[in-house]
Amino acid sequence: MSTAVFRLTDSTLRDGSHALAHQFTEDQVRAVVRGLDRAAVPVIEVSHGDGLGGSSFNYGFSGTDEMRLLRAAVEEAEQAKIAILLLPGIGVKDDLVRAHDAGASVARIATHCTEADISEQHIALARDLGMETVGFLMLAHMTTPEALLEQAKLMESYGADCVYVVDSAGAMTIDDARRRVALLKTNLECQVGIHAHNNLSLAVANSLAALEEGVDQVDGCTTGLGAGAGNCPTEVLVAACERSGFETGVDPMTVVAVADEVVRPIKPNQGVIDGDGLVLGYAGVYGSFLLHARRAAERFGVDSKDILLELGRRRVVGGQEDMIIDVAVELERKAAESAAKGT
Amino acid sequence: MRVPCAIVGSGNIGTDLMYKLLRSDVLDLKAVAGIDPESDGLARARDAGLVGTAEGAEWVFDHADEIGIVFEATTARVHRSNAPRYEAAGIRAVDLTPAKVGPPVVPTVNLADHLDAPNVNMITCGGQATTPIVAAVSAVVDSPYAEIVSTVASKSAGPGTRQNIDEFTETTSASLVEVGGADEGKAIMILNPAEPPILMRNTVFAALPEGYDEAAVTASILAMAEQVRRYVPGYRLKNPPVYDEGPFATPGGPAAARVVVLIEVEGAADYFPPYAGNLDIMTAAATRVGESIAGHLAEVTV
Repeated sequence: MSTAVFRLTDSTLRDGSHALAHQFTEDQVRAVVRGLDRAAVPVIEVSHGDGLGGSSFNYGFSGTDEMRLLRAAVEEAEQAKIAILLLPGIGVKDDLVRAHDAGASVARIATHCTEADISEQHIALARDLGMETVGFLMLAHMTTPEALLEQAKLMESYGADCVYVVDSAGAMTIDDARRRVALLKTNLECQVGIHAHNNLSLAVANSLAALEEGVDQVDGCTTGLGAGAGNCPTEVLVAACERSGFETGVDPMTVVAVADEVVRPIKPNQGVIDGDGLVLGYAGVYGSFLLHARRAAERFGVDSKDILLELGRRRVVGGQEDMIIDVAVELERKAAESAAKGT
Repeated sequence: MRVPCAIVGSGNIGTDLMYKLLRSDVLDLKAVAGIDPESDGLARARDAGLVGTAEGAEWVFDHADEIGIVFEATTARVHRSNAPRYEAAGIRAVDLTPAKVGPPVVPTVNLADHLDAPNVNMITCGGQATTPIVAAVSAVVDSPYAEIVSTVASKSAGPGTRQNIDEFTETTSASLVEVGGADEGKAIMILNPAEPPILMRNTVFAALPEGYDEAAVTASILAMAEQVRRYVPGYRLKNPPVYDEGPFATPGGPAAARVVVLIEVEGAADYFPPYAGNLDIMTAAATRVGESIAGHLAEVTV
């Protein structure tokens, strides 16, 4: 029996998909799952970065069909449960049924932090399929802790076994994370989770603060491979938890080996918080916009940081990658107009 | 002679539609039928000098020989049960619910093909906003795949949409193929809670084959937007079409390039505030469909 005080979900093969423009291969998926499974990581998430059905012009087409990756993960895992992510509005109930048929046993249903009511049917279906169900409230820094609690209560009422505080922009301070988790822990019957990003270099600190408030589930990505400047690095989290007295149930040195030998070779420079990554956290912008903003910056000859700052001002939400093109086109036009005036 | 018509459903959509039909030269709105006698929609109908009844569709059946066209803005379930009775009574039905009893219609694309259909379906707001652009691209090239992202203000998405968001994405996807002419389609819907509420935004991505003619594609898109603007004045391209060279591995097969069309829809503020372009485009398109059916009925009778 594990003596872990929380349950770890590793999302390298879902959130990490953003960092690779959704090009994970089946061999990479098998190797990562084998390693994490051996390290006793209890849950491993596999999906397109934007969840099931995310393969698209707007978010990037998957290099390998996600159902194939999911079946490979299920085959490799001996003890770990395989989870999927689904965003209503992007993925549909049929995708959830297919993922269940492929062997996924945890369904994580994600909405923007104020739109929980679009998840009712999907949470209910996941429960009907016998899956463990997680509600995932994204960009949770964009609303107050009190309003977040109301949305979390909706997800709990639909049947979620756990509701996550998701810092999709890596914009939360330690106090932001602590207050949200504490309020949910005090007022919900179901479990509470935290999903942190590292754009302000606070992912591990925020996860530890959440653990101090009694959080039940914590997400990491090995080497931090994920959207924006990356996620809470699983191996660092495990090591820091062990030193802080939070039993993880996961073998630290095995995760370190998976990080160094399996995941880091896939993206060697993961873990650097560069200007774009930092601006995401600073402006409170959805982390998966990063690579799209860089491509648009190059295509239209504008600064990627200007794109991200303008997206922050417009208060765009997760899934609005199309607005990156909109903003880049307008910045290009403005630059051309001011150049014309200057001559 | 104007064609007498009625609206069944006195909620937001029915009420907004009422103001548009009252301005029509060819449609003669007689009644708004709801189920809640206290509803704001029925009070407004009575203020406008119409019959405002809480008898629902039964009022229409009781006055079948006085009504030529019924606009239904209730729910898919209610419309599915009413549709056969409208048809039996010889009343044309314009369906603003997701019931999909009749063929999906977009005024600028395929309405002429369905003027004799007893029942036509208005698809979704996103479908009305984006299908014309996909059809404009398909008119010039063979597009293997079209994708749309429709973003609406949270305040403009009612409980029906929220609880059935898959219905929106699936119905809209089908429309991109069946009406828009793409080989494959995908629709994405996003709700944005920003305050003040955002105007409805739609982005169309259409895959382009090798050897496409950029000038011809752009001309077709701009001409189509102009046609939509005739009945939705707040419909506009936010920026000129953007072309990106691929190749792209789309679900409909490989594509050499894509065109990205960024659309904004500002509502006419008949009943909803201007941000609710999504609701405005539905009622404006339904009005256009009703007027075309009325014109067709007049021709047939002459």
